[in-house]
Amino acid sequence: MESITPQHYLILAFLLFSVGFFGVVLRRNLLLVLMSLELMLNGINVALVSFSRASGNLDGSLFVFFIMTVAATEVAVGLALLVALYKKRKSVFSEDISLLKN
Amino acid sequence: MNTVDLLFYFFSTLALGGGILMVLSRHPVSAALFMIVSLVSVAALFVLLEAFFLAILQVLVYAGAVMVLFLFIIMLLDVGPEGGKVSRIKMISGLAGCLSFGILSVLLIQFVQIDVSHSANWPTLQTDKAVSGNFLLFSNSVKNFGFGLFTKYMLPLQVAGFLLLAAMIGVIVLSKKSLSVDKEN
Repeated sequence: MESITPQHYLILAFLLFSVGFFGVVLRRNLLLVLMSLELMLNGINVALVSFSRASGNLDGSLFVFFIMTVAATEVAVGLALLVALYKKRKSVFSEDISLLKN
Repeated sequence: MNTVDLLFYFFSTLALGGGILMVLSRHPVSAALFMIVSLVSVAALFVLLEAFFLAILQVLVYAGAVMVLFLFIIMLLDVGPEGGKVSRIKMISGLAGCLSFGILSVLLIQFVQIDVSHSANWPTLQTDKAVSGNFLLFSNSVKNFGFGLFTKYMLPLQVAGFLLLAAMIGVIVLSKKSLSVDKEN
């Protein structure tokens, strides 16, 4: 742990978050949009754990635990919604579900 | 450059590369496999940060449960690769986005100015006690993690349990064969 500083981890977290953000914005497949959301949450987790380690305070790591719980539930509900949507529309692409009616 | 540095650069490259390939790959199954690579590398970074419990959780919850769920749904829905050509305007906007993102990250790196000379950035871990004064001390032991979870974060833990229960019931209701909407039709 000599020359790796918390800033290195923060830059990595920023890069992971922005790659996930590009995925959310650019992809049309809703499954990949959900996966990119997971990547964004992972970037946040890296930042929280490195802050927690650098400040010697456990609260950041405990927050990561709760973020993981929420991410797991979010994925479960999101995929269930996607399957229900697929039964109705036969598609998982975002341009096919742009209408509110029907 | 010592071993820890090399491991950091190796796993961060793997995490970022997996993420970028996940975003760029056309087929959902290969995207999910790249995502698993990225998540396992993030778990390795947690090990480097001495958060061992979180690393195990990352592998079990994300790389194990969540990605298996994703793969299961991809195969259930039989989603193929995204068809059709990428439209010209989307390609141009993607290029412009990448360019502005690159400029932004160069600015950020210039601005943050990594201070390599000072090595006292990481405090040494104390393993004998969990609490100092009013706050919980970071530790690599699961015992201290559980102590924090069951004292200071008792209410959020209960709320997380209820959230899991609500999500489970919601998923069961959503994926039942006859939704009430279908009955009306």
